[in-house]
Amino acid sequence: MEKGAIIKYKKENAPKTGDWKYMKPVVDVSKCIGCGSCIEHCPEAAISLRNRLKEEMEKSSAVGKDRKIAEIDFEYCKGCGVCATICPLKAIIMKK
Amino acid sequence: MNKILTDKLAPGHATCAGCGIPAIVRTVLGAMDEPVIVSNATGCLEVTTTIYPNTSWKVPYIHSAFGNAAATAAGIDAAQKALEKRGKLKKKAKIVAFGGDGGTYDIGLQALSGALERGHDFLYVCYDNEGYMNTGGQRSGATPYGADTETEPAGDLAFGKTRQRKDLMEIVKAHGISYLAEANVAYLQDLKKKAKKALGTSGPSFLLVLQPCTNLWKFPTSQYVNVGKLATETNFWPLYEIENGNYVINYVPRERKPIEEFLKTQGRFKHLFAEKNKKIIAAIQRTVDDNWKKLQKKVSDI
Repeated sequence: MEKGAIIKYKKENAPKTGDWKYMKPVVDVSKCIGCGSCIEHCPEAAISLRNRLKEEMEKSSAVGKDRKIAEIDFEYCKGCGVCATICPLKAIIMKK
Repeated sequence: MNKILTDKLAPGHATCAGCGIPAIVRTVLGAMDEPVIVSNATGCLEVTTTIYPNTSWKVPYIHSAFGNAAATAAGIDAAQKALEKRGKLKKKAKIVAFGGDGGTYDIGLQALSGALERGHDFLYVCYDNEGYMNTGGQRSGATPYGADTETEPAGDLAFGKTRQRKDLMEIVKAHGISYLAEANVAYLQDLKKKAKKALGTSGPSFLLVLQPCTNLWKFPTSQYVNVGKLATETNFWPLYEIENGNYVINYVPRERKPIEEFLKTQGRFKHLFAEKNKKIIAAIQRTVDDNWKKLQKKVSDI
């Protein structure tokens, strides 16, 4: 087989599927407790957990304060709304 | 993007918004730490992740034709064995074959049957979206009774598919393989457990995973998890595994919901709610209950 027949994954070539969305998921800092329910069901794996910023700490609930928060990568998020539907605390809201 | 989940399948693929296939792939491949080689049948997964000249796969991946994902996996297994014998390979990689229901129930059945019978060491995962969804929703052997499809449409005189779906689990079980299970994309922890078990068995293993198709089951993009959950809660898609011939039901709904609750979430069953088609719904309910009883009997028989 000629050498060029094998295609390797290149991050810069990956299509930015974030252009697809017409609704945008927004994480509500005061409700999210970083349980991670949304992460594995996201088809694009666009959600990860990160530490809370200082200004977010003030808005966070008592439970959520010490825990991480969901962050969505809008470069790849297609805006399907699965995360908003399955969030047990309704902490992700779809906005236009 | 999530670094751990995108370890083997990167985002930037073109599956429909709200499609569960990538979640299935990530969960199955995430259940192992060993190197893995993926073989793939033609289908939604193949056309969306490998758009030339790009690829979303970070693991070795082969697609050759529609019907031979299992045969390709068997070839990889044979090649690894040969290389190991000659001392050119230190450790074998795991082999996982992915196929849709078209590439498994219908077109790929003989390749799958052959590979299972020869006892190759691989895991076959069928993501079952109950039709040829990639080409516009034609009927397949997995399409349920009464569903509206492109090749068997519902209308004044017809009510959609007139035949029951194939019982693939029993067909695969008849090969005498040591582990096979039915899972659902809405229950990813259960799927992960089953994938771990399947990868741990030597010889062939098989997973049948329900994958609600947002586009041609006709429901909103945000609903794949809810529709999948309803399929299991109505006993339409029971979660069970067969280990060395022993049946185990993994999830028994506290209260069996009526099948209407599952059917009404989807546009492909919309016509069944017309007055003249009420008896079709009753027939579906009867079949679901019969199948559940049969499954319970299989559990208690052993």
